Amino acid sequence: MTQPIPWQMPAALALALFLLGLLGLLARKNLVFVLMSIEIMLNAAGLMFISAGMRWDNPDGQIMLIFVFNLAGAELALGLILLLRLRGRVTSLDSDAANLLRDAP
Amino acid sequence: MTAVFYAVAVLALLTTGLAITRANPVHALLYFVVSLVFMGVIFFTLGAPFAAALEVIVYAGAIMVLFLFVIMMLALDKSNFQRERGWISRPIWLIPALLVAALGLELARLFAPGGSQAAARIISPQEVGLRLFTDYVGAVELASMMLLAGLVGAFHLGRKDP
Repeated sequence: MTQPIPWQMPAALALALFLLGLLGLLARKNLVFVLMSIEIMLNAAGLMFISAGMRWDNPDGQIMLIFVFNLAGAELALGLILLLRLRGRVTSLDSDAANLLRDAP
Repeated sequence: MTAVFYAVAVLALLTTGLAITRANPVHALLYFVVSLVFMGVIFFTLGAPFAAALEVIVYAGAIMVLFLFVIMMLALDKSNFQRERGWISRPIWLIPALLVAALGLELARLFAPGGSQAAARIISPQEVGLRLFTDYVGAVELASMMLLAGLVGAFHLGRKDP
């Protein structure tokens, strides 16, 4: 009960979550799910930082997590505003709905 | 509290898997928010209580709620409200209720008297803040510039078409 968790376990969880996010990114077509999968992957990277901070007994992992949160916030704000703008131009939010980079002929 | 870590890890994987397979974006987002709360518990068991608080307050509480509001702005139909009314009576509450009960049990076990950390050492918020604002002050400035760029970009893109 008192022995610490081996650091490989949270690292394996981070790997599994990252792969799930990558699967969602590749398999889903709706841009909402693409953005959410990117968030899952960023979160898995944050868990990797935390497990590394636990492994080396260092607060740097949590500092890196704060920067990951910064990045996720900025990325999500821009991604969502682009999504809202795209919604005004195309009817569906499929990722291939805007592949012409201009209005449909 | 090693058992808490493993239980919550399984639940986090489960909710993330549910999140990427839902058809309804709002359902998926809510499952993802639950997965982030589980992730906060994982950070807590790994000896990072400050990161756990940030995960729940900033990530699940602010960033994901922004996401949810935008999703709700995207798709507002009359048909959605009709379907919503039908869902309230259906036994769709079962899986979310089980997840919430599991999280509550884990938290109760964590905060029960005698519940110890599974990590070798707890890294306190004081250490994190001390290191953040001395050694990493340049990175803090860079992060603030990135957030400003995101703010300006979102403001610019969010204007009405001329």
